[in-house]
Amino acid sequence: MPNLVAAAANASGAPVPTPSDYPTIAGFGGRNIVWALAQMHLFLAAFVLAVPIFALVIELIGVLHRDSRYDVMAHEFMKISMAAYSLTALAGGGLLLALFVFYPVLMTYLTRIFQGQLLIYALLFVFESVFLYLYYYSWNALRYDDRKWLHLTIGLILNTIGTTLMFVANSWVSFTMSPSGVDATGAIIGSIWEIMRGPLWNPLNLHRFLANIAYGGAIVGAYAAYRFLSTSDPQKRAHYDWMGYSSNFIAVIGFLPLPFAGYWLMAEIYAYSQQMGITAMGGILAWLFIIQAVLIGSILLAVNYYLWCGLGRTDGGARYAGYIKYIAIVVVGGFLVWVTPHTLILSSEELRMLGGTHHKVLGPLGIMPAKNTAVNLMLLATFLSFQLFRRATRTPTVSWARAGNAVIVALYVAGALNILGAGLYGYITPTVYKVGASVPQVATTLSVIVLCIIIDALMARGARVSEVRWGRMSARSQYALFVLPVAFTWLMALMGYIRSSVRTNWHIYNIMKDVSPESYIPSIGTAGNIITMVTLGFMAVIVFVFWLTSLDAMEQPAPREVAP
Amino acid sequence: MTFLRVMIFSLVVLLTYTAIANLLPQVQTSVQVEEETKPAALDRSGQIAWGKRIFTGKGTCTLCHNDLGRAPNLLALDLSREFAARLADPRYMGTVKGKQGPNAIEAYIRESMLKPSAYVVAGFGKKGTNDTVSPMPDVSAPPISLSDTEIDAVIAYMEDRAGIEVTVPLPSATTTQATVHETGDEEAPAKTAKEVIEKYGCAGCHDILESGADIGPKLAGVGARFDRDGLRRKILNPNGKVREGYKPDIMPSDFGRQMRASELELLVDYLSNLRSTRIEQ
Repeated sequence: MPNLVAAAANASGAPVPTPSDYPTIAGFGGRNIVWALAQMHLFLAAFVLAVPIFALVIELIGVLHRDSRYDVMAHEFMKISMAAYSLTALAGGGLLLALFVFYPVLMTYLTRIFQGQLLIYALLFVFESVFLYLYYYSWNALRYDDRKWLHLTIGLILNTIGTTLMFVANSWVSFTMSPSGVDATGAIIGSIWEIMRGPLWNPLNLHRFLANIAYGGAIVGAYAAYRFLSTSDPQKRAHYDWMGYSSNFIAVIGFLPLPFAGYWLMAEIYAYSQQMGITAMGGILAWLFIIQAVLIGSILLAVNYYLWCGLGRTDGGARYAGYIKYIAIVVVGGFLVWVTPHTLILSSEELRMLGGTHHKVLGPLGIMPAKNTAVNLMLLATFLSFQLFRRATRTPTVSWARAGNAVIVALYVAGALNILGAGLYGYITPTVYKVGASVPQVATTLSVIVLCIIIDALMARGARVSEVRWGRMSARSQYALFVLPVAFTWLMALMGYIRSSVRTNWHIYNIMKDVSPESYIPSIGTAGNIITMVTLGFMAVIVFVFWLTSLDAMEQPAPREVAP
Repeated sequence: MTFLRVMIFSLVVLLTYTAIANLLPQVQTSVQVEEETKPAALDRSGQIAWGKRIFTGKGTCTLCHNDLGRAPNLLALDLSREFAARLADPRYMGTVKGKQGPNAIEAYIRESMLKPSAYVVAGFGKKGTNDTVSPMPDVSAPPISLSDTEIDAVIAYMEDRAGIEVTVPLPSATTTQATVHETGDEEAPAKTAKEVIEKYGCAGCHDILESGADIGPKLAGVGARFDRDGLRRKILNPNGKVREGYKPDIMPSDFGRQMRASELELLVDYLSNLRSTRIEQ
């Protein structure tokens, strides 16, 4: 009998909510509360899921290089992550409560859709907690020899569960954007697997996975920078400088392929619904990409500045200092192109003075081919800054070093020319193919980076290693590491706002309408203010987490024994 | 002290982003509410104007059918020729094959809205389908969800634009149509031609309302040079044929999306009365 009831429920479509189905508290709807809680949960979840991934990789590097410094650093990364774990669960619980309070009809439907899977999610969460505690608390007990491999295996299982957990949660989001496994009325017609694997699920999975790595790296980098600035002990400064450099490296490694994942996601959105794609890229949300440019531009400027300062750590760094100005021209120039808007909203007088809605010279820089060219050249320039730092620490001694250098230079030149050429092609091709023209640009950037890494690794065999004086960094350079988490946090929230807004007035696109009084896309100013408030909240949480972490290292001196 | 410095620095960075967000043009969509309208009260010109409003509003047609190349720009094409040519094209797979005349064109437009893949204009098909599958959705299904009466109104608008006989029936007296209107912060439509000119910045480029601007052609006497349809075309597709001595691509080509039908008609009324070339002389 219960099976018949369940079958009947599944066969019925999505409920049709009315405005009275959205409870208010003191006359206020719950959208902003849900928005803030969802964003806070995502910030924390991204952080606690990402840190164990690169902690595991660093731990493995430590084993392979037989260098215990890596092990210490990985352990410290995990210590920060642990303090944030329970706060993540707390924010998640708060979000769930707010969703059921303010959107009961939607949540009832979603619970019906994902009912079996929710149990699996709960189980995964339990396993995640078990393996997280096991991984962290067994660190010293399983530190050497064969036991270390057992510890690494625990880390691998933890990350497999954590990543699966994120993929499961992503399926709820992708279902609301591109529902699958249901008919046009929302009645279930497929298995839970068919419901999960909607057209946007995997692009979202990849995008979030990479973004989490970059985000986690940026946050632990800020922790290292803060600890660096807070101590005058040369040994500690050296340790935290190295930790900051490694964190920055992790953030950039996660960040460099993100545009490619972004293009894939947008291409799938366009393929699923051209309307949805245009709403995001060419409609009301188009102006947001100017802020995105400012955010990513400031991230790249900060990363490059930090790397240039890092050349001072080695004696060999001075020989590359002359290249910095050229890299700076590319990064700053690219940034300026990226923030150039296409269409200007002008008064009649301004329109008359300008001679149209587009500036005659700068207007062409406002369209996608120019922006794609700019961002790819900026990414190449950033990688070059990395490569210069590595070169400052190693002088190749292989017989083919000269030829290797020539190949690397040729790769950069050919890559830059190909990116420019594809950008120019974008001007002469119809709009529909402009996005397509950006694919070879990203492919070029990634190819140059991968090939340079391979050639550099081969050239590094038997290279003369210069001493890196960790800790020989200015205080100013450390502030670049604070720009990253602030910009990444704001950027994540901005992208969340765009992703959610493309559904326009649908809870579940094409299936269940949002008829609440708050079913509109707020202006960028309003969204920016909310994003800033949530970011401030997150900063407060992170400061608390850092404080908790540093508390662990404090020890109260034993009281003096008083003679009886 | 370090903590304070770091926090102040982070706050300055954060507030910079917030300030930029608030400095950009602020656009907010409106809450959509169901509002009862009575199309039965509409005459033919009212039905056409309603169709235009759906075309640029609820139907979201101009999201793709514009001059950006995502779909054929229906506001710039010579539709009377285009429709006939499509029906005669061997690639046409629809049910109106071999038929001619206004009724066939009506059936074709309806079919193209409900089954867009019946004929896909070369170069506009979904990627990898060799122009056999259209990316356009069925307009009667979500998210657009046009009703039969609304589809009729859009067809009436298309037929009128094409300059062919409007064949769709007027909404019957018993029809009551629930349609979606946007409310909230949406800007109210201009009430006079002067308001329209100010709202869309026409005087910034054209010498109109004594602005003295000279970027675009003077509009004195424009009513004598173009009939009403010609004026509509010049507003909606300004770059189709640009007057000698003036540059193309200066006048925005998206007024079809920006303007309300009532605003367009107010502007056309005003311009058609500018018959004297006194200012030019």
